[in-house]
Amino acid sequence: MAKQNIKPRVRIGKKLKKGDVFEVKTLVRHSMESGQRKSKKTGKNYPRLILNRLHVTYSGNVVLNAIWHPGVSANPYTSFYAVADKSGPMKFTWTDDAGETFDKTVQVKVDG
Amino acid sequence: MVGEATEQEKFAPEQKGLDRRNFLKMAGAGALVLTMTPFAAEATPTQVLEAMGKVVKQKNFKEGRIAITLPQIAENGVVVAMKVGVESPMTADDHVTDIHMFADGNPLPYIATFQLGPHNGKAEVALRIRLAQTQKIVVAAETSKGESFIARQGIKVTLGGCGG
Repeated sequence: MAKQNIKPRVRIGKKLKKGDVFEVKTLVRHSMESGQRKSKKTGKNYPRLILNRLHVTYSGNVVLNAIWHPGVSANPYTSFYAVADKSGPMKFTWTDDAGETFDKTVQVKVDG
Repeated sequence: MVGEATEQEKFAPEQKGLDRRNFLKMAGAGALVLTMTPFAAEATPTQVLEAMGKVVKQKNFKEGRIAITLPQIAENGVVVAMKVGVESPMTADDHVTDIHMFADGNPLPYIATFQLGPHNGKAEVALRIRLAQTQKIVVAAETSKGESFIARQGIKVTLGGCGG
């Protein structure tokens, strides 16, 4: 199967100074098939296929490790906070049930 | 009481809107809060306890410290915005390590776990969840000091969002 395009989007605060606590918002496009939904044609449940993990690293640290289950909505949105340390990449990795990974990197700019 | 009277006089021009209709709305909201309170104070159902037993390492739960933000009524259970904040200094010695979320009325009660650390600055996460029916959300938080906290929040769901 071709790799899904999950269109990851990430938003972070702009004018950051060292030590600031800033919000990070992420949104991806994914149907998050829960495995609970029945197909009317076959009477069987659609197989489960969700993103089960979101791993975020920044400035050499893991800032978020989220473990998701079918209770998370389709097109999962997540926001969390991080402390501005130094300018550098913030790396996001989503993993789905099939073991496929989806990446996104954003540059965090910290003044001074 | 005297103070209140003067306050009312001061805001008299804006207070025109406080007629019978608005008063009833306010009274209704008050009644809703009153009926919600015993609901929220109920014990955790066994289904959630089972799920929690597998996930939560520290089981000496204390009440408090967790703030769950949910709408009072979710018209559509497919997407319900939820925010969870945990009071914590988030320093290297004292920070929130895990936030676990459960929904007691879902076919699969375990929703998610968010693992945080001292680099977060603030233990607050938001996400959107699926809810099958009117139920209670249970959130458990663990800290690096070996403490664990628990909070519950009831929510009314008009249209279920699981399966179909």
